[in-house]
Amino acid sequence: MKDIYLDNNATTKVDPAVVDMMIPYFLEQYGNPSSIHKFADGVAKGLKHARQQVQALIGCEHDSEIIFTSCGTESNSTAILSAIKAQPNKKEIITTTVEHPAILSVCDMLEKEGYTIHRMPVDKAGRLNLNAYKNLLSNNVAIVSVMWANNETGTIFPVEEMADMANAEGVMFHTDAVQAVGKIPMNLQYTKIDMLSLSGHKLHAPKGIGVLYLRRGTRYRALLRGGHQERGRRAGTENSASIVGLGKACELALEFIKYENTQVKAMRDRLERGLTDQIPHCFITGDIYNRLPNTTDIAFEYIEGESILMLLNKAGIAASSGSACTSGSLEPSHVMRAMDIPYTAAHGTIRFSFSRYNDMSEVDEVLRVMPGIVATLRKLSPYWDGNGPVADPEKAFAPVYA
Amino acid sequence: MWDYSDKVKEHFFNPKNAGAVVDANATGEVGSISCGDALRLTLKVDDDSEIILEAGFQTFGCGSAIASSSVLTEIIKGMTLDEAAKVTNQDIADQLEGLPPEKMHCSVMGREALQAAIANYRGEVWTDDHEEGALICKCFAIDAVMIEEMVWANKLRTVEDVTNFTKAGGGCASCHEDIEAILEKVLAEKGEKFDPTAAPVEAITKIAAVKAPLTNLQRIKKIEQVLESLRPALMADGGDVELVEVLGNTAYVNMTGACNGCQMAAMTIAGIQQRLMEVMGEFIKVVPASEMKKLVNIEVV
Repeated sequence: MKDIYLDNNATTKVDPAVVDMMIPYFLEQYGNPSSIHKFADGVAKGLKHARQQVQALIGCEHDSEIIFTSCGTESNSTAILSAIKAQPNKKEIITTTVEHPAILSVCDMLEKEGYTIHRMPVDKAGRLNLNAYKNLLSNNVAIVSVMWANNETGTIFPVEEMADMANAEGVMFHTDAVQAVGKIPMNLQYTKIDMLSLSGHKLHAPKGIGVLYLRRGTRYRALLRGGHQERGRRAGTENSASIVGLGKACELALEFIKYENTQVKAMRDRLERGLTDQIPHCFITGDIYNRLPNTTDIAFEYIEGESILMLLNKAGIAASSGSACTSGSLEPSHVMRAMDIPYTAAHGTIRFSFSRYNDMSEVDEVLRVMPGIVATLRKLSPYWDGNGPVADPEKAFAPVYA
Repeated sequence: MWDYSDKVKEHFFNPKNAGAVVDANATGEVGSISCGDALRLTLKVDDDSEIILEAGFQTFGCGSAIASSSVLTEIIKGMTLDEAAKVTNQDIADQLEGLPPEKMHCSVMGREALQAAIANYRGEVWTDDHEEGALICKCFAIDAVMIEEMVWANKLRTVEDVTNFTKAGGGCASCHEDIEAILEKVLAEKGEKFDPTAAPVEAITKIAAVKAPLTNLQRIKKIEQVLESLRPALMADGGDVELVEVLGNTAYVNMTGACNGCQMAAMTIAGIQQRLMEVMGEFIKVVPASEMKKLVNIEVV
C-alpha cells in the first residue's frame, strides 16, 4: 500500500493543476509586475484574476479587499499590529487561550509593552463562553482576534456572531481562518469581520503565500513599507507565481467545498467511529458537534503521541500529535491544556486531518494497524496492566517528578 | 521528525527488557509529567553480591524515552549496584549513539530512575536534585531553570555572562532574546534593571583584549589564559580542555573528560574559538589535537 497522508492541517499537497498554472510565471512571465514590457504584461492580469478567485472563495465584496502576504503568520501579525497602531489609545486585546502561536506570541510581546491581553478560556469541549466575551468588549479594546477553526481539534468558533457583537461595541474584529478557508463555506460580505487571515499551503496552494482580507474602510497601518504593491498596504515585489497558484487553489476549493463536507467528512467519521469502537480508553477531543469536516483529534490514554507517530510512520501513515515531545517543548499542546485534558491523555493525542486526495481504503488501513500500535505501546506503559489501565492509575503509579 | 540515530530506533522498535521484573526487589519511579515522560524501573538484585540480575522498564514517553529506558536496562544488567550508581546520563546517550539536545532529558530520566531504584533497594529515600525548565539553548541543551539559578547565584547581568557561566547562547546565538528575557525577569525580581551594555561580572573579564602586536610566546600565553578562564565551565560538566600546540592561526586542543567524545564537543570548540577571537582580535581556528597528528605527523600525547 502506498503511503497515507493524514496530516493536511499541517500542510497539503499542491494540486497538480495549481502547479501547471504557476510554471509559466517562472519561465515566461517572470517580469516584475510593475515593469512595462512584454515579460510583465501578463502578470498584472494573472494577479487580478487570482484576486478574484480568492474573493469568490471567501465571498468578500471587493477584490481590492484582498492583500497578498507571504503566509498566514504575516497576515496575523499585520492585522494585530495594524489595529494597535491605528488606535494608539486602545490598550486591550481580546483573544483566546487556544489560538495559534502566530497570534499568542504577538500578544505576549504586546503584553510586555504594557497591553492588557484578555485570553478567553474554553470549556472541556473547547467552546467559548459568549457572555464572558460580551463583558470584555469595551471602548478600550483595540482588536478581537479569534480563530475561525482550531488547528488541533477542528473546533469551530462562532466568529460571525462574535464579529457582530464586537461591531456593536465599535471594536475591530480579526479572525485567523487559516484552517477554515476552503473547508467550510463563508461569505464575508454578510459578516462584520474586519480582517481575516488565510494561508495558501493549507488548501493545496504552495507554501509561502497568504492573504489578509481587509474590509474596505477598516482603519489600517501597513507592516511592510517601501513600495506601492498591494496599493501600498504590503510592500514587496509580488510573489506572482504563488499568487496565481493560490488563485487556482481557491477556485478548486470552492468547487470541492461540497465534496469536503460530504465525502471527506464521511472518511473522517468512519475513521473516528472505527477507532473509538475498536480501541478502549480513547476519546475524541474538541466540540464534536461543531467541527471542521476533515479533522479528528483523538486522545489515546496512557501512551505518548510521539511513540504512536513513530509506529504509524513505520506503517506508512502520516499524522501529528499534541504531545510535548513532537514539538521539542516541554509542555503538551496548549489547546489540550486549555480544555483541561489530563496529562496522561493530552500526551497521547493524535490528529488525523484529511483532504480530497484521501480515500476510504486509506481509512481502512489506519483502522487495521492502529489497534495494534496502541496495544504495543500500552504494554510498555506503567499505567497499563494487561487488558486495562491499572486500578486508580494516578495513585498506582506516582513517580517522583522532576 | 527528530533525527534519531539508528541505535535509538533499534531500541524503540525492539525494546529490550520491557515490562516489570516479576520478583523485583528494587523499584525506581521517576518522571516529568509536563514533558510527558514517566518511567518505572524494576530490578532483581542478588542480595549477596549486589549484582543486578534482571532489569525491566515500563515507560510512558516518546521514542527516545523508550529507547533510553531500554538501553539503560541493557547497560546495568550484570553490574553491581556500586558500578550502576556511576552510570551517567551521558553513558546512556552515548550507548544510543547520541540524542537530540531536546531529548537529553530522556537520558537524565533514565539515570534518575536507576538512582531511585538503588536507593529503594538500600532502604533510602531518593530525592530529585534538579528541576527541569523549558529548553532555551538548543546547542548545549541548557534549560531556563538552570540559567535562572546561575543568574541568581553568580549575580549575572548580561547575555555574555550567562554564556560564560552556563555555555547557553555560546553556539548559534539564536536564543539570546530568550536569555535576555530571563535576565530581565530575574533582575526585576532583585529590583535591578537589565542593561544589555552592562559590564560583564568579575572573574571572567579579567583577560584584557589584545591591542598591541604580541611576540609568539606572549600570544601562546594569552591563548592559554583564555582557555584557563573557560575551564571551570567545562569542568562543571565533567570535561576539560588543554592547549597542545599553536601553529600560525590554528590552536590545537585536547578535549578531555566528559568532553572527549561528547556530541557537543564541536559546539564547545566553536565557543572556545569565538572567545579566543574576541580576546586576540584576530582569526583563530581551534582544532582538536587529533587533527594535528594527521597534518604534521607529530606524536600527540
